[in-house]
Amino acid sequence: MTADMTLDATTRTAALALGDDALVLSHRLGEWAGHAPVLEEEVALANIALDLLGQARVLLSMVGDEDELAYLREERAFRNLQLVEQPNGDFAHTIARQLYFSTYQHLLYAELAAAEGPFAPLAAKAVKEVAYHRDHAEQWTLRLGDGTDESRERMRRACGALWRFTGEMFQPVAGLDVDGTALEAAWLASVTAVLDRATLPVPEGPRTGAWAAGAGRQGLHTESFGRMLAEMQHLHRSHPGASW
Amino acid sequence: MVTTTPLEAELLEIAGAVPDPELPVLTLQELGVVRAVHAHGTDTVEVELTPTYTGCPAIEAMSLDIERALHAHGVRDVTVRTVLTPAWSTDDISAEGRRKLQEFGIAPPRVQRTTGPVPLTLGTTRTLTAPPVQCPHCGSADTELLSRFSSTACKALRRCLACREPFDHFKEL
Ligand SMILES: [Zn+2]
Repeated sequence: MTADMTLDATTRTAALALGDDALVLSHRLGEWAGHAPVLEEEVALANIALDLLGQARVLLSMVGDEDELAYLREERAFRNLQLVEQPNGDFAHTIARQLYFSTYQHLLYAELAAAEGPFAPLAAKAVKEVAYHRDHAEQWTLRLGDGTDESRERMRRACGALWRFTGEMFQPVAGLDVDGTALEAAWLASVTAVLDRATLPVPEGPRTGAWAAGAGRQGLHTESFGRMLAEMQHLHRSHPGASW
Repeated sequence: MVTTTPLEAELLEIAGAVPDPELPVLTLQELGVVRAVHAHGTDTVEVELTPTYTGCPAIEAMSLDIERALHAHGVRDVTVRTVLTPAWSTDDISAEGRRKLQEFGIAPPRVQRTTGPVPLTLGTTRTLTAPPVQCPHCGSADTELLSRFSSTACKALRRCLACREPFDHFKEL
């Protein structure tokens, strides 16, 4: 598929940002295959990864050839949030990342679905899928936070460790007509309510430190992203044109 | 208003009669995913197909099966186009489709028919207002959720507390 040239350049830039978020998180979640704590979770994470991959394909097709974009771009050309590229860590880290991201994605897509813009068709569809991702993350946050001493401590640590990556979600993205301030307020209220119910503290500290010099949306990524990308692209680069 | 010719209606019926690759008890028409058939002459046909989930891997198998069915009917040139708008909802599953799901041991999705663009009915900060999911085996409303995601993204795994049988529930979307 070639780029949809009826879309203007800023729309395509925004599609790349949202598409990369979905693609990279899908790949991270896929890394749990064969390692999830229980079979049901293995299936759940695989299903969430599949939803995200479907969204990524639609979004990247708005920009250009989806395979080329996924497999042949250099690290600096990816526009995903640093949050989604963070390693899986333990299960609590994965759930914290899911909580932060799916809450953001759900609120964002709800807004894009209600608008008349170029993202409305995909957002109207994906928002219903992401509602289940968000529910999944919220239920696990409650279960781990309000669970054993061990699960609570791990969940607390995970929420704290990823906190500094959450500010980037609300930075303006050219081509995305959303009110970042309102989105951030809604996100903070929702995440705070979930953490409260899970008897977890809302992390302290800045939500901005990690990306002060520009971040994922500008093509600046954290160390582990390069390794993830090498693994993701290895097969395709070694066997150009192979289909799957 | 686009009018449907008798030929298009006939071809729509053929495309709609193709069984769903994942739930072969349902036809694509009962699943509500074949949106339209446009015939250009008698030889060139375009079919509009909508995915259940954005990442549904079955969409490619569905497209091939539709192409095959229409070719078998003598149509030479078939193009299946994926459309996202309006987004598919489990409300698009027909009454007959729901009955078949139930018979197959899968609790059908509850009808939502919500107004407003985006229903928020899930999760901890929101309340679930839908009626209870009933056991497809004994009809009891006393069932519990075991896992939000079952064998495919579209199903959740539940258990009946009356007859103790586990069952799949086609989740509302
Ligand atoms: Zn029962």
